[in-house]
Amino acid sequence: MSESVVTVADLIKRFGAVTAVDGVSFSVPGGQTVGLLGGNGAGKTTTLGMMLGLIVPTSGTITVLGHDMRRHRYRALPRMNFSSPYVDVPHRLTVRENLTVYCHLYGLRKIGARIEALAQDLDLGDLLGRSVGTLSAGQKTRVALAKALLNEPELLLLDEPTASLDPDTADYVRSYLETYQRTSGATILLASHNMAEVERLCADVIMLKGGKVVDRGAPASLLQRYGRTTLEQVFLDIARSRNAETDADMAAS
Amino acid sequence: MTSNELTLAARRIWAMILRNYYLMRGSWPRIVDLIYWPTLQMVLWGFITIFFLTNSSWVAQAAGVLLSAVLLWDVLFRGQISLFLSFLEEMWSRNLGHLLVAPLRPIEFAAALIVTSLIRTLIGVGGAAALAMVMFEFSIFDLGLPLIVFFLNLIVLGWSLGLVVSGLVLRFGQGAEGLAWAVVFLIQPISGVYYPIAVLPDWLQIIAAGFPSSHVFEGMRAVLIDGVFRADLLLNATGLNVIWLAIGLGSFLISVRLARSKGLILQMGE
Repeated sequence: MSESVVTVADLIKRFGAVTAVDGVSFSVPGGQTVGLLGGNGAGKTTTLGMMLGLIVPTSGTITVLGHDMRRHRYRALPRMNFSSPYVDVPHRLTVRENLTVYCHLYGLRKIGARIEALAQDLDLGDLLGRSVGTLSAGQKTRVALAKALLNEPELLLLDEPTASLDPDTADYVRSYLETYQRTSGATILLASHNMAEVERLCADVIMLKGGKVVDRGAPASLLQRYGRTTLEQVFLDIARSRNAETDADMAAS
Repeated sequence: MTSNELTLAARRIWAMILRNYYLMRGSWPRIVDLIYWPTLQMVLWGFITIFFLTNSSWVAQAAGVLLSAVLLWDVLFRGQISLFLSFLEEMWSRNLGHLLVAPLRPIEFAAALIVTSLIRTLIGVGGAAALAMVMFEFSIFDLGLPLIVFFLNLIVLGWSLGLVVSGLVLRFGQGAEGLAWAVVFLIQPISGVYYPIAVLPDWLQIIAAGFPSSHVFEGMRAVLIDGVFRADLLLNATGLNVIWLAIGLGSFLISVRLARSKGLILQMGE
């Protein structure tokens, strides 16, 4: 297994009396797509937010690309990127203007060529001159993905990348992510509660519940451990607090 | 910091200025808004001045005192509101999360807001000042070199207030927006924009002395009415502005840190 790109140790985040993330530890090896799976309020977005430096942990450490995110996050940020349905790019700017601004923010050279290349990859050519606010949800998602890939990130953090997309667009995005991961060797950490997506894209899945890691493994091994045929069933087992051993026994009997 | 790091920091600041340029270029209501209010204020006070010239011995001493006050007050007001609006644009567009996971540092963000505010203020107030020359045969540039130090001191105070209120909105959410709009008008009565500070009650004069604007407007009247440049007032204003800018930058940076600590950045938006 390659060296860890992300190492999270004893991560805790409290918002007043609420503990959103409760002692989470995991590492993510380089060149893999790893899923963070959990229901609403499981701590996925908060964990991603802390890995990006958008949220300061109450305690614990996060090391990304060899840098402590609490002290040296500006060394890691140029090498990573992020996309989330909870964050937009400015709607009044055109696609090209938005991408140009972010190219400068990431210190990229040959901006025009980079934008053209991404536009071709993500089928955005005809949309470059249009305001983002006039695009459909699927087109906006492709723009957000283009923004997230501008700096060819070694680590890509994606929060529900296909949320609210139609099946065709969602499939397009998943295919593109598979291709990007394979060709670039990037590490992708994907937070989702879409089981089919996680099953398709992820080599490894971290299951979160109530802010804790409750299980981890490759999709196939999780299915075997819980005696289930789909990750959705595994997810429901975890959500309803049925543990692996009990379910495996039940399935065997 | 190495020269390469400085270059990258400059590019990030440039990126944010470019972002605002693109926004303005694509939105004519925003361009109109830049010059509409300064122009309206100037026209109103221009006519008031014409009336007062024949009905007020104080205004008659220096015909430009009211129009100068209007235009200089607008430097402070535009400086603050332009910075705040540029910040709000990021919140309204739910873009703050993307900006703060880019390598853009909060201090660079603040620097970009300041430069953008300077450009917007120059366009807005500059347009009104040009129109004043045509409509009322009044030129603010007749103030001469003191105009530069008046302008700088007022706009720096505007930036400081803009940074403070941006920080408040970052910390308390868009519910604090109304307060942020009102803050600049709190200091207008004690800045002596249209009247000498001496008319204020003694206790209010003490508070007024803490604001660079009160020294600037006293200095402006000294130039226009008495024909003297008061270096002491300039020094007071500049010294106070150093403190105010430190407060503005400090509160903005602390607010970003608090927003990170409380997990507010991912929750922001329309």
